Amino acid sequence: MSPEPDGADPRVSCLLALADDALVTSQVLSGWVAAAPAIEEDVAIANVALDQLGVARALLARAGELEGRGRDEDALAMRRDPADFRNALLVERPDDGDFAVAMVRLLLLATAQLQRYADLRASDDPVLAGVAAKAVHEAAYHRDHARTWVLRLGDGTPESHRRTRAAVHAEWPHLDELLAPLPGADRVPTFAPATPGYADGVRAQLAADLTEATVPAPTLAPASAGADHRGREGRHTPHLAALLAPMQELARAHPGATW
Amino acid sequence: MDHTTDPVAEPASFRALLEADERVEPRDEMPEAYRRTLVRQIAQHAHSEIIGMQPEGEWIQRAPSLRRKAILLAKVQDEAGHGLYLYAAAETLGVDRSELLDALHTGRQKYSSIFNYPAPTWADVGAIGWLVDGAAIVNQVPLCRCSYGPYARAMVRICKEESFHQRQGFELLYALAHGTDEQHRMAQEAVDRWWWPSLMMFGPPDDASEHSARSMDWGIKRFSNDELRQRFVDMTVPQAEALGLTLPDPDLRWDAERGSYAFGEIDFSELYRVIRGDGPLNRQRLAHRVGAHEDGAWVREAAAAYEEKRRAERAVPA
Amino acid sequence: MSEWPLWEVFVRPRRGLSHQHAGSLHAPDAELALRNARDLYTRRGEGESVWVVPSAQITASSPTEKDPFFAPAADKVYRHPTFYSVPEGVEHL
Repeated sequence: MSPEPDGADPRVSCLLALADDALVTSQVLSGWVAAAPAIEEDVAIANVALDQLGVARALLARAGELEGRGRDEDALAMRRDPADFRNALLVERPDDGDFAVAMVRLLLLATAQLQRYADLRASDDPVLAGVAAKAVHEAAYHRDHARTWVLRLGDGTPESHRRTRAAVHAEWPHLDELLAPLPGADRVPTFAPATPGYADGVRAQLAADLTEATVPAPTLAPASAGADHRGREGRHTPHLAALLAPMQELARAHPGATW
Repeated sequence: MDHTTDPVAEPASFRALLEADERVEPRDEMPEAYRRTLVRQIAQHAHSEIIGMQPEGEWIQRAPSLRRKAILLAKVQDEAGHGLYLYAAAETLGVDRSELLDALHTGRQKYSSIFNYPAPTWADVGAIGWLVDGAAIVNQVPLCRCSYGPYARAMVRICKEESFHQRQGFELLYALAHGTDEQHRMAQEAVDRWWWPSLMMFGPPDDASEHSARSMDWGIKRFSNDELRQRFVDMTVPQAEALGLTLPDPDLRWDAERGSYAFGEIDFSELYRVIRGDGPLNRQRLAHRVGAHEDGAWVREAAAAYEEKRRAERAVPA
Repeated sequence: MSEWPLWEVFVRPRRGLSHQHAGSLHAPDAELALRNARDLYTRRGEGESVWVVPSAQITASSPTEKDPFFAPAADKVYRHPTFYSVPEGVEHL
């Protein structure tokens, strides 16, 4: 039985996990706008950030509805403390302005999201099914974009290869948490359907991508696999608080104000 | 006709196009000065879009609601796109984008000095959208009929996308102006900061400068700086009233005789100071842009190297 | 962007119409050129089909345009960029 730390509706826990992955990713990617390696890439990254934000908003709104405590998308985004966020640790770690890290991370995330959303199209919740149906196409696009870059960076210059290889080694261990069953999902299998072998399938797909990019995925000893499941339980690194502070500051400074 | 002849000498075909109000296209004969003026003007317009991403870009991660965050992301993304349309138009005149970026980075070419002002509060994002984009639109609509085809077409595309930007800025300020006292104050203070710089975006008062007159004659410039500035004021004052905000000009009043708004004298010494590089954020804005370009060099090189390898592979017979 | 060549972008706005030149962009290869073109020129759903072509691959002819630098043998879309290497300190450029 997977944990439900908020003690609440398992459907809400699932939705928050998905939404927070997307929201935090959007927030981090937004930092690349006006700082990307090419202006064409500013446009592309803004696209990804916008898409992820759109999915986050839809999922947060639905979570708020199901929760029934009157919280809308902004209440959930702006007024939750880090401990109440359910994103995987992969997405909250800073990329330190390294484009290889950003693209490797996006490849991992989007590949995981793609299969996740594909499964969720069969949700018995019509809102979630609808969001998932749209999100699948976007995740496919994000995965394609990231993959295009990881191929070029992995098999580009010695420097790009070095950076990409380092990024793969740093990010790969965090994949486990991303691929683990969503919190509460086992209690509501028709709300959050998942293909058996989901995790292995995504891992295999990514392993093939990375091999093609000449930066093969590290083979971890089973002991270190699944090392960190803290994000899904709200036990985050200090990076999340650092990310959320500027995001939430203005809304929190003017409680009750509309914008 | 070659470089060494008079740069303003006009081929008959060029003058004929202007007289017929037809567009000059990339392979047409044109005065060298026409080509150079356009390269500079289009490039500086492009640079302005790119640098202009920064003051608003800083607020994407800090927007007070998710809807505002999305709107701002889309707006800044559009600005990057506009920069690209304009660089593309400039490149039709025989320069490579890398030369233009180099000119920006080394200060040989400029960008609109309005973007050297800081955006210290959320309300500044609204003021930029309402006033700065509003002024840009007044400048840009006439350029849709610029004599040079690629520039005119880029401007048509940009103008279509720009109206959303100004509306969003207005809407943002409207929400603030009608919100809490603190929000209203934030909005008013931002407008007080951006009004005069926006008026200065239209440039100094027109004089009889040869350059200005020639640009008009060649269809690069369709209206004078003062005419455009007046148009902007007349359009904006009623909007300020609709917002419930005041404009920081005690001399602003309706002149029934002229059918337009009279306004106070502009202190252009500040504009010249900012143009010269002495503005509040000149160094930072440029450094941010240069940094992005330099930090991204290894990425661009990697992509080029990857393609080289693939090309070599394709060349090898199976 | 000297490492990345220039590409021309053509977009067919909807079924039944032909492709129209939309502008240009820089990209290192065809795949990225296509993706960038989609992001840049079809963001508002303006395009059904996108073509990208390296500018250097286009052969052009325009009998009514007077091109002073290239005799009838001229065939490039734009004046060749390297023809105009601008020396340092040249005014207005």
